[in-house]
Amino acid sequence: MKFLSLVIGNLKRKKLRTVLTVLSAFIAFLLFGLLCALKEGLLAGVNIADADRLVVRNKITLIQPLPVNYKNRIATIPGVDAVAPLTWFGGIYQDPKNFFATIPVDPETFLDVYREYPISAETKSEWLKTRNGAIVGEALMKKFGWKVGDIIPLTSPIWGQPEGESAWQFKIVGTYDTTKKGGDTSSMYFRWDYFDEGKVEQKGLIGWLTLRVKDKDQATAVAKAIDAEFANSPYETVTEGEGAFASSFAQQVGDIGTIVAGVVGAVFFTILLVAGNTMSQSVRERTEEIGVLKAMGFNNGLILGLVLAESCAIALAGGLIGLAMAAVISAANPFATVLPSFNLPDRDLIRGIIFALVLGLVAGAIPAIQAMRLQIATALRRN
Amino acid sequence: MSKDSKPLVNIRSVSKTFHRGSEDIHVLDNLDLEVREGEFLALMGPSGSGKSTLLNLIGGLDRATAGSVEIGGQRIDQFSDRQLAAWRARHVGFVFQFYNLMPVLTAERNVELPLLLTHLSKSQRKEHVRIALDVVGLSHRTRHYPRTLSGGEQQRVGIARGIVTDPTILLCDEPTGDLDRKSGDEILSLLQALNKEHGKTIVMVTHDPHASARASRTVHLDKGQLYTEAPE
Repeated sequence: MKFLSLVIGNLKRKKLRTVLTVLSAFIAFLLFGLLCALKEGLLAGVNIADADRLVVRNKITLIQPLPVNYKNRIATIPGVDAVAPLTWFGGIYQDPKNFFATIPVDPETFLDVYREYPISAETKSEWLKTRNGAIVGEALMKKFGWKVGDIIPLTSPIWGQPEGESAWQFKIVGTYDTTKKGGDTSSMYFRWDYFDEGKVEQKGLIGWLTLRVKDKDQATAVAKAIDAEFANSPYETVTEGEGAFASSFAQQVGDIGTIVAGVVGAVFFTILLVAGNTMSQSVRERTEEIGVLKAMGFNNGLILGLVLAESCAIALAGGLIGLAMAAVISAANPFATVLPSFNLPDRDLIRGIIFALVLGLVAGAIPAIQAMRLQIATALRRN
Repeated sequence: MSKDSKPLVNIRSVSKTFHRGSEDIHVLDNLDLEVREGEFLALMGPSGSGKSTLLNLIGGLDRATAGSVEIGGQRIDQFSDRQLAAWRARHVGFVFQFYNLMPVLTAERNVELPLLLTHLSKSQRKEHVRIALDVVGLSHRTRHYPRTLSGGEQQRVGIARGIVTDPTILLCDEPTGDLDRKSGDEILSLLQALNKEHGKTIVMVTHDPHASARASRTVHLDKGQLYTEAPE
């Protein structure tokens, strides 16, 4: 700590240069934080997937439907515990930017398969009694300031409106929270029978089925049995683990992990060059001063440490501010309706801090070694 | 300096050769020098005569090509780089021609620098700095940055930094070389006072006869050899 004034003094030597370098690191780590949050948001389904849940979808593509009667046929396959049909509705509330996940379901089977959404018996009873009833996640309720009992008019870019009406009218019969960390509470679930009656086309068809198996060790065998059951039919199926399904859903926008790693890698490499150049320039400018410090008795290790401390201070200052800003933005979640799990996980925050430290060490390594190796007599002769 | 004072610096048969490309430049040639405790020695000679090189060898900043360098009974030419750095921190104070202060630190922070290598507490360091600045007559300029001080004041800070650890020997390389006559005289008076009143052993490199006149002894260096009188 007693050398802190020397480190700070050197950082203040060329204030503009230091500020610009810190700013570069700030932008890099802000980008890193936001991309990690984006990845988390896109892969949220993968992260919270259950090992004992399988998803059955059309073999051709995810957007091709399946007949609703597959539900009953799958329920008879040995090893299947419960089956829930689901469909992507994609509701819009008042304005296209108010777009969120809206999914028609069969309440009984949905609540049986998705046990992480426990709702009260009263809510369930109300939902079963109300044909246009819907349950809404706590986050979504909060976002729009809705209350239980409100009638919510929605339109859908896929399904349009019910015949003769301007919008689908849903009555909020209750709210749901989740028992899973990172689970989604920004969606709305409503009754499939109301939906099937109101839609103009694809009657009797659903998007996909999620099922719970009795024994997760038998999941692969059950998946094979399901696909065999519907082989050579007009609606052949692919059955996969919920994690794999969520992953393939997310991969529709590309290989997120590779994209994030590529962008972050390129940005960090550039920052490494910027910070390395700054440190080299800074050390070159004070060759005599380093010579004087050595003459006083500062040994090579201490000189190395002082230069590295400067470099790390720059990288950490930019890195910590950038990560803090990313954490604040992700906590506010400006994309809540489309990416409810857009958040910067602690592990990425810690990873970011480690990256900042490593960046500082690597950027400062060559100038620090040069300073360490400097011959005192040579340095002082520069006068 | 008493007549029976012990030798502090004992240099025997020292040579120093620099290699520049394929050329060997012999700066010091089989040279002997003894400096006694409490002595104020002026080392004179023309430019390129090897004065600074000899000073660097005494201060452990450079290594001799041959010969032995013994300071205070220790063969510093046999020290490792790390040992040499620790020895310098404990035993040597340097004063440079161009002051070589850290521009980003105040006068008191500059003076404190050598103390950072000691085990002194913050308050003890502060007290040592206060005394050193008091000795050089700059106790009223402690918070000033070098750029706001005159050349003479900067050199006083440089001297305070050189003596703050109470080193065994003070090595001055052209300490008045960048100053006007008046400021130079003040610095020389200060060095003289440090030698006479505080018993500090000083070796000063200079090419100014006016400065060397303040020393208790003068030796001349020319073509790698030492002379008690200036060679013709």
